[in-house]
Amino acid sequence: MATENKRKVVIPGEVIAKGDDFLPGEGTEKTDQGIIALRFGLAEEINKLIKVIPLSGVYKPRRGNIVIGKVENITFNGWVIDINAPENAFLSLTEVPRYVNKNGLDEFMDIGDMVVAKIWSINKRGIDLSLKSRGLGKIDEGLIVKINPHKVPRIIGREGSMINLIKNKTRCNITVGQNGFIWIKGETIDDELFSKKAILFIAERSYLSGLTEEVEKWFEQNKEKTK
Amino acid sequence: MAAKEFKRPDGRKLDEMRPISAKVGVIPSADGSAMWKQGDTIAIAAVHGPKKMHPQHQQDPSTGQLRCNYNLMSFSVSDRARPGKNRRSQEIDKIIEWALEPVLLIKDFPNMVIDVTIQIIQADAGTRCAGINAAALALAHAGIPMKGMVSSVALGKLDKTLVVDLNKAEEDFEEGEGATDIPISMISDGKITHIQLDGKITPTQLKEVMKMAKKACKEIYEIQKKALKESLEVKKNG
Amino acid sequence: MDKFQTTSEITGERIKQYLAQGKRFDGRKLDELRKIEIEVGVSKKAEGSCRVRIGKTEVIVGIKMGIGTPYADSPNKGNLMTTAELTPLSSPRFEPGPPRFEAIELSRVIDRGIRESKVIDFEKLCIKEGEKVWTIFIDIYSINNDGNLMDAAGIGAIIALKNARFPKYDEKNEQIVFGELTDKKLPLSDNIPIAITAHKIGDNIIIDPTQEEEDLSEARVTIGFSDGIISSIQKGNSAPLSFEEMEKILEIVKKSWKNIFKKIEKFLE
Repeated sequence: MATENKRKVVIPGEVIAKGDDFLPGEGTEKTDQGIIALRFGLAEEINKLIKVIPLSGVYKPRRGNIVIGKVENITFNGWVIDINAPENAFLSLTEVPRYVNKNGLDEFMDIGDMVVAKIWSINKRGIDLSLKSRGLGKIDEGLIVKINPHKVPRIIGREGSMINLIKNKTRCNITVGQNGFIWIKGETIDDELFSKKAILFIAERSYLSGLTEEVEKWFEQNKEKTK
Repeated sequence: MAAKEFKRPDGRKLDEMRPISAKVGVIPSADGSAMWKQGDTIAIAAVHGPKKMHPQHQQDPSTGQLRCNYNLMSFSVSDRARPGKNRRSQEIDKIIEWALEPVLLIKDFPNMVIDVTIQIIQADAGTRCAGINAAALALAHAGIPMKGMVSSVALGKLDKTLVVDLNKAEEDFEEGEGATDIPISMISDGKITHIQLDGKITPTQLKEVMKMAKKACKEIYEIQKKALKESLEVKKNG
Repeated sequence: MDKFQTTSEITGERIKQYLAQGKRFDGRKLDELRKIEIEVGVSKKAEGSCRVRIGKTEVIVGIKMGIGTPYADSPNKGNLMTTAELTPLSSPRFEPGPPRFEAIELSRVIDRGIRESKVIDFEKLCIKEGEKVWTIFIDIYSINNDGNLMDAAGIGAIIALKNARFPKYDEKNEQIVFGELTDKKLPLSDNIPIAITAHKIGDNIIIDPTQEEEDLSEARVTIGFSDGIISSIQKGNSAPLSFEEMEKILEIVKKSWKNIFKKIEKFLE
């Protein structure tokens, strides 16, 4: 892809472009010397707009994100969920799409349980989660893999191309949380571990262009290892 | 001028730094990490965070905070250093925070802290400078928003001669006016974020020192840049 | 503490199910160690030093020599002091501050393993009976924690000791001349104590756990072993062990000692 070829690794303070032809986008700033990078990452120019795609950093919760979290505490009306962000999130009883006995919240989800949820609101009071959508709910079994949240877009790929490739090759169900937690469930533990390996392979190379090809090659080389 | 005659103990030119090597990503469990070796001084730094500040009473709802923790390994110096914090390392913690804070864009991380841990494996003068260089690399590696890098070097005056990057033998130099140690840290745009001095020097000489520091920090910046870029060049196939 | 740093329960279940099939996530057998990498002389200012990597776990161990006074009950014997710092560098779980219990326990277990194996001839560390003796300081620093810091530290301690040389001693002024090492090695026997820790996870016994596995450990036993002789034991954590489990642990430790010894032998000369 043409845009991918223009990507260039930059470090904080590095001048990406000089002159007035370009506009500073996310992760950049315009100074006397030109447009500079405000973090370590990949600089990219699309239609004269320059931005820096980070390769590392913490998860910043956004409304609408699907996240995977762990129940940290139970209150009288819901669950406190750790979503790998500096602030815990809250899942209210009213955001569970089925009947839950108010006196037995732990029967639905107990401390330590993992859950796939959606962020439906972020405000001063905190982050609110919901289970009222398809594919959300408590995780029954499988593997949880952690990657840097900034690598999630590469794991998913353009319109889900990468994640579908992994799903097909490993025969696993995979749910990717925007917070960097990934849930894998397959027929066998070997399948799940194969999935995990593929995901870590991609995460380690998230800065490469032409990654899909690399991954296909990797599957070619590693297919004998699965049954 | 007498300065021209001056010979440094290890034969370096007056404006020549010791050999430097740097590596990014040396500690897999950290969010960012780096090693900085300058002559016989070796520092490693790791970044954890931004994460929620504990204890809670130290949280600041208006901004994120930087917390540095500098430590000499007990065997990094000739006479064993007692493990744990002392007055010197507590002061250096703060000096390093002041040196690095100006480049950090961490307003958007309220109530959070970025922990920087620095361990000196081998000390041969300039440990705080090596620590700052490693820490700046580790912060960038961790993806912390920064408006530039910080580069640090110790300048010195040996008797009457100005030199760059003192080693331990030079720091202990006693002839003539003896040794003056001047660690300086700068942002890539030349602004000074840290300067200390122990010894004796004239304002005119100090101006010259600052010029020399600027040149040395530029060289250090280029090494930092290379190290960060190299951290992404390893894994094409494998 | 951030709960996310520990292995989640569902992943834990998978690890246990896989162990029951005799397999581990990284493809190792239950009694198999990760790759060991060793580098000696990593700190020039130390009298001896090394870096030990077991998988992604890494420690640096350094030896310093000092002059001290002997204890009253052993006037002709030198001293040994072992410390460990679990640095915040190595894991988000380790906070700055005074040593936590884990660090204290680790240094004590390593100290006992070395001391009781009699690998050090303490009488040869005597300078002037009742007045002046050498003190050996073993200082252990964790650099990256991916499980099993204990065994990495134990291997590091014995290799650093073997790597160490006496500093120059100024007899007239009765002090050490730092910066100058002699060719003289420390008085060590050929008895090489290696600390090996076995963990009980469910009904299985494993060694050299990754962090992910170590989180599931219900009980652990560290055995200081040197060629057929046990010189120290420490059981940690509260799950009890059956007789059979303890016997199994002894078998694994015996086998592992030989394995590890072969791998580190060339650093022990």
